[in-house]
Amino acid sequence: MPRASTLMGPGAVDVTFEVNGHRAAVHVPPHRTLLDALREDLGLMGAKKVCDEGTCGACTVLVDGRPVYSCMTLAVATEGRAVETVEGLARDGALHPVQEAFIAHDAFQCGFCTPGQIMSVVALLRERPAPSADDVKRAVAGNLCRCGAYPNIVQAALAAAKKSK
Amino acid sequence: MTKVVRTRVEFEGSVSEELALVQGEDAEAWGEGEALGIVGHAHRRIEGASKVTGRARYTHDLRLPGMLHARLLRSPYPRARVRKVDPSKALALPGVRSVLHRFNAPKAAFRGEETIFREEVRFVGDEVAAVCADTEETANEALALIVVDYEVLPHVVDLEEAIDDASPRIDEHGNVHDADRHERGDVKKAFKDADAVVEAVYKTSTQLHNSLETHGAVAIWDGDLLTVHESTQHVFGVRQGLQAALRIPYGRIRVICDHMGGGFGSKGGVGKYTIVAALFARELGAPVRCVLDRHEENVAAGNRSATLQKVRIAAKAGKITAVAHDSWSNAGQGRWVADPTGPTKGLYDIANVATRSYRVVANTGSLAAFRAPGYVEGTFALESAIDELADRIGADPLALRRQHAASDTDPVSGMRYSLKRLVQCYDIGAEEIGWSRRKAKGLRGSAPGLRRGLGMASQMWSGGGTPPAYATVHLNPDGTAIARIGTQDIGTGTRTIVAQVVAEELGIAIEDVRVEIGDTESPYAPISAGSLTVASISPAIRLAAADARAQLLEVAAGILEVSATELRMERGYVVSAGARTPIAKIFEDLQNYTVVGRGSRMPNPEDRVLKTFGAHFAEVEVDAATGEVFVDRVVAVHDIGRIVNPLTARSQVEGGVIQALGYALTEERVVDRPTGRVMTASLENYKVPTVKDVPKIVVRFVDVPDTEANNTGAKGLGE
Repeated sequence: MPRASTLMGPGAVDVTFEVNGHRAAVHVPPHRTLLDALREDLGLMGAKKVCDEGTCGACTVLVDGRPVYSCMTLAVATEGRAVETVEGLARDGALHPVQEAFIAHDAFQCGFCTPGQIMSVVALLRERPAPSADDVKRAVAGNLCRCGAYPNIVQAALAAAKKSK
Repeated sequence: MTKVVRTRVEFEGSVSEELALVQGEDAEAWGEGEALGIVGHAHRRIEGASKVTGRARYTHDLRLPGMLHARLLRSPYPRARVRKVDPSKALALPGVRSVLHRFNAPKAAFRGEETIFREEVRFVGDEVAAVCADTEETANEALALIVVDYEVLPHVVDLEEAIDDASPRIDEHGNVHDADRHERGDVKKAFKDADAVVEAVYKTSTQLHNSLETHGAVAIWDGDLLTVHESTQHVFGVRQGLQAALRIPYGRIRVICDHMGGGFGSKGGVGKYTIVAALFARELGAPVRCVLDRHEENVAAGNRSATLQKVRIAAKAGKITAVAHDSWSNAGQGRWVADPTGPTKGLYDIANVATRSYRVVANTGSLAAFRAPGYVEGTFALESAIDELADRIGADPLALRRQHAASDTDPVSGMRYSLKRLVQCYDIGAEEIGWSRRKAKGLRGSAPGLRRGLGMASQMWSGGGTPPAYATVHLNPDGTAIARIGTQDIGTGTRTIVAQVVAEELGIAIEDVRVEIGDTESPYAPISAGSLTVASISPAIRLAAADARAQLLEVAAGILEVSATELRMERGYVVSAGARTPIAKIFEDLQNYTVVGRGSRMPNPEDRVLKTFGAHFAEVEVDAATGEVFVDRVVAVHDIGRIVNPLTARSQVEGGVIQALGYALTEERVVDRPTGRVMTASLENYKVPTVKDVPKIVVRFVDVPDTEANNTGAKGLGE
């Protein structure tokens, strides 16, 4: 691990982390959020900037397997860590079971919150492969959906869990 | 053959006669017993994979080489005169390319005004200047460096305060404006003769749309062609707004909206941010992106007006005999009003009705259409008053409504409805919720201090659709098809519905239909608002597909040496008596021949009124000490003609119920009166429902096609 001072600037610093299984390096100012690093530096547009202040969950990604609001996480704080975004879920052209279930259960309308919802559900199912509806609700309670796809999101998560068993 | 037709159009509660051009002849409507294999069946969204993988591109996601970023400086005062703007410090910041303000911006007409930067700013958040810079961060930094000299003027932000004669007059014509009035029967006499009269005042709060994708645009000039990507419900509306603002020909403007992150009525046309992006892009010769942040979205991108409504309602011999409804809406700086008296005028068969509606001007952002604008507010007042009247006369609220809900004639126009199944909605909903358990005084709750109750309300909206809408269907040599129409998918599932109708009509698989929408290079389609979309576009799509099929069969008839009338299309084959020929085979010798079918939306029936109806039932518990409401269950029943896709239709209703629960229970824009500032501009302070706030929602449809409305029998549902 590099010493903290080398990541604190002044000026832009090099940050190396893993993104969806690949090593990635960005050169960013220390105040750059992980969300901006993903979108602006790495061109990964799945995570969305809806509030940019930790109140909606549309930017949810996984850092070392745990869901975080990437707008509230500094890019420098992910040095040496593993970041997973919605772009990394499908394998060899096959959708992840959570992605499949979201389509089958119509768990989105406009789709803008969907990458965040999916990452929260993926994190939940790894931790708890057979969740209850309440577990699902707790897991996505920090992911707002203005279209109101919530009932279908819960159904999709439960169906994906059942299928993955 | 092209002809001009006159058609009745209803949009957001107002009815008009319009002229439209149509081509060709209509098809006979798919009837109630019609055996349809794709339409009417649940289908997954055809764009599903792109949305769950993060591949779907929204306006926010567009990045282009050399792209610059624009940000808007907004007024910190609710009302002020902009005396001087000094951008020198901002321009000195490295990376800043240009600053526009009222003293240097070119004239650009916007909503009836000549300029986008007014001399008198009229709400906190009104646009004062714009910065364009290499990065969004630099542009934000530069905003703080622009020095503006304001002369602060007296203001008023609150609805009731604005109505008060003692308050500052902020509009030269006064703060209160007549918007609508209606009178039928003898209201005065009916109130005099009544057995019981209820008088009540209802106030509704301002609701903020909070579409997750904020308003925004990316503008690109390529020579003299302007291309704008915008998160919008109406690409053609944005094009019209740009044409008016920039005074350039339509032929030099292209507007694109691929995927968009919600609108709910607020994204009806061009925004100042769009014009700013286009002006900077032209001036600087680079693509320019201008996207609002969450706080801007909640001060300057529209809202559902707060209302003050006074309702008087009378009964005699157990029936409603009269309603008088006066309504005032806080339109902010908006120039129209979403009329809350619509349901009072038309929902029930009541003989004596008088309504007045007023638009009130205040120093807050403009209203914007918001999911059945006006009708939601008005329905709340009317239905609450009916409940209070039922209570007063000891009647069951549903039984009281039934007496006024069965008429097949629109009480406003005197014309017959094409289809109305409101009473059936009552039957289904009452059964589902267990209405017979209801007691006037409520039921015992699940814990001490809680009381349980059942309630219901009726609903009416337009949803009949309108011409003009045009579509093309290209049939490829391998039997796959491409449907093109300039509509938008704002999250309702439009793409899938287009594919279903094409596949149904052509007898091909839904996977073999590609749908191209959201582009002004396609044939015109109306705004995706007012529940217009399906009822407007599905009939045109169907005719385009039918035209493509007719042309193909004509070609096939020549090749197969049989009469075209003996041929039909079935699962990718041309079928005649005793022979099945793959479509590809027909095309084999025709050198990449493409069949292009065209279809128009035909006029609405002349002597019918097209409406959609519904009834919602709710079971709730109330904490008698605190007034807190816990919603247990909502049953939503809708009569919207044919259901094209039951999967996405159910989602629409669930979403509507959840948004309405937020409006009723947790959402409210709060504006500080002394400063005019919106105190709830963030999602932390403005409470949009979360997954944990959602009760059990049961969705039911009457699902009878409205064969008098249009050739697919479908009407709108989105609101």
